Amino acid sequence: MEESNVILKVENISKQYRLGTLGTGTISHDLNRWWHRIRGKEDPYLKIGETNDRSTKGTSEYVWALKDVSFEVKKGEILGIIGKNGAGKSTLLKILSRVTGPTTGSIKTKGRIVSLLEVGTGFHPEMTGRENVYLNGAILGMTKKEINEKIDEIISFSGCERYIDTPTKRYSSGMTVRLAFAVAAFLEPDILVVDEVLAVGDAEFQKKAIGKMQDISNSDGRTVLFVSHDMAAIQSLCTELLVLGNGVNLFQGNVSEGVDFYLSDKNQEVNSDLLSLTIRKGNKTSLFKKISFTSNTQGKEFKDSSKVYSGSKIFIDIEIENKRALSREIYIAMDFVDSKGIAVMNISNEFTKNKLYLKDKKSIIRFEIANLNLRSMDYYISLWGCEVGGSVFDFIENQIKMEVIETDFFRTGAIPRGKQHGYILLANNSYNFEK
Amino acid sequence: MNKEENWLYEINPKNNLFDLNLKEVWRYRDLLFLFVKRDVVTVYKQTILGPLWYLIQPLFTSIVFTLVFNKIANISTGGIPPFLFNLAGITSWNYFKDCLTETSDTFKKNQAIFGKVYFPRVIMPMSVVISNLLKFGIQFGIFICFYLYFVFSGSVISPNIYVLTYPIVLLCMAMLGLGLGMIISSMVTKYRDLTFLVSFGVQLLMYISLVSLPYSLFKENNLTWAVDFNPVAHIIEYSRFVLLGEGSVTLFGVLYTLIISVVVFLFGILVFNKTEKSFIDTI
Repeated sequence: MEESNVILKVENISKQYRLGTLGTGTISHDLNRWWHRIRGKEDPYLKIGETNDRSTKGTSEYVWALKDVSFEVKKGEILGIIGKNGAGKSTLLKILSRVTGPTTGSIKTKGRIVSLLEVGTGFHPEMTGRENVYLNGAILGMTKKEINEKIDEIISFSGCERYIDTPTKRYSSGMTVRLAFAVAAFLEPDILVVDEVLAVGDAEFQKKAIGKMQDISNSDGRTVLFVSHDMAAIQSLCTELLVLGNGVNLFQGNVSEGVDFYLSDKNQEVNSDLLSLTIRKGNKTSLFKKISFTSNTQGKEFKDSSKVYSGSKIFIDIEIENKRALSREIYIAMDFVDSKGIAVMNISNEFTKNKLYLKDKKSIIRFEIANLNLRSMDYYISLWGCEVGGSVFDFIENQIKMEVIETDFFRTGAIPRGKQHGYILLANNSYNFEK
Repeated sequence: MNKEENWLYEINPKNNLFDLNLKEVWRYRDLLFLFVKRDVVTVYKQTILGPLWYLIQPLFTSIVFTLVFNKIANISTGGIPPFLFNLAGITSWNYFKDCLTETSDTFKKNQAIFGKVYFPRVIMPMSVVISNLLKFGIQFGIFICFYLYFVFSGSVISPNIYVLTYPIVLLCMAMLGLGLGMIISSMVTKYRDLTFLVSFGVQLLMYISLVSLPYSLFKENNLTWAVDFNPVAHIIEYSRFVLLGEGSVTLFGVLYTLIISVVVFLFGILVFNKTEKSFIDTI
């Protein structure tokens, strides 16, 4: 019985891309390929190719955007797909929605796949809203009959009644999105694919879209594939999780385990090399070499080069390379600013008067923050070091990123997300009803 | 238990060569007609003359051709009034030319939409062929008007019984234009060189397609080789023969054209099918 529940089966999907521009080499490779094929041999370029690591310089012109990815999705599941940029998420979605074909492997499906990233695809500016609803609906695979049945609902859902017989070139961009989303919302695909593209819409649009996704899977038993970088959305929506990294399937299964896996350094190396930062001040007699963040939530630890969890105990480890053989007492300070450069807080032993010394060639200093009560956003850290009574040895200004990840800080499910909520989350605040 | 399951469809690296997937095309038939409607309705939006542009273009071309080729260069068109000779040629030629040029950039022109959503790609060129058929209908209507005018003003022209085969002529033109267009559009995805070839190649092709120059002229100058192997020339000449009752039609020409049209069309589908799968990676 289990088996018949599988609605989508992805088997060993791989996709190879050629880097660089298509030029004079193109035709020679094509001819070579063709020559191998007519002799009944395998494509010579399939054997080469490297994993898709964006940052390292490779030797091959061919890379694998996806390599042997396999998974199954059962009916009614919401499968979250996460991974770093370049992990292959979009390529996978493109193959699933049949925009491009895989290089090898196969996908079997029992239902129609429609992706919601196509909001507004094929809208013609000269045609009226109504005409565009028909055209867009048909592009997404609806028949005229289906659209006829739903046209009134679509129009009222969009809230564009007044403009419906006006060419869409007269619409505001918001109206276009509303109308386009209304069409997509009334599609009835068996499998809905949603890309992170949703993130560009305004808050209302996102809420509507996420609500719609939940509706689709809860009430209609449809299947949703959801790609996002938003861990909170992933955790609240998905029932299964797939983690991709460099085109390979790293993890499939339970959502919270998957998120932990993704955020922990099992998935990504702690690339915290501070020596690569060249813009720094100071006399360089000692240098900040590495920084890493460890969050400890209820006994569970994970280490990362930039990510920390809001509301957990944080350890910041700083490795310092000492170029002088002398032992020195030092002050170290960390200034935290937001992306606009507004100072948020400072941590320094200049005020706490903890004594820190540089003794050996390599020293590691650990700062502890008992409860990180910062709201989730990106902060930038300046790292400053000075000999007590001497001069500044190293100063890296605003170049170290610390990403604070949203958690249920107040344990109420209500999470402050607005700008007006500021930077600091105050724990232990209480309200008493006094007559 | 690993029994065969009923999959709706399968996504594989390679298509079967002739797998046109007609069932799916049929499912998307509404889209086909909406594209046709879009093409027809939106072309002349915000113009004053609107669909009249459909008529102005062939009429003025015919007038200019008549002045240049027949009045200045004194080329004889036999018993047929030169204007009607040119108009007949241009009306047919236009249909072929539009089918060819508009389908030849299918992939390039629609990459934004093709890159986001799947529907049978062949819908696009098919919609071009159909919307051009409507345009052809209007142009053919104006041809009939002039035809009647010349008949009533005493010209000796008459169609012959083969005029009933005219739909086949249209079909041949559509297959030839669509087939060539699909081949070119498929190759343009990788090699942009062909875009340049199409724009002036079509113009040059017109001169050896008997649109304005009659076959007799080629014969006098011993240049028949230039037109004999050109299926479009045979089509134009044949259409003039059935409409105006004059023209040199050979059985060889008819069969040759039919075979070439079908072959080009099938080859076009084959190439298009092979390309549509992953053209988005190379375009």
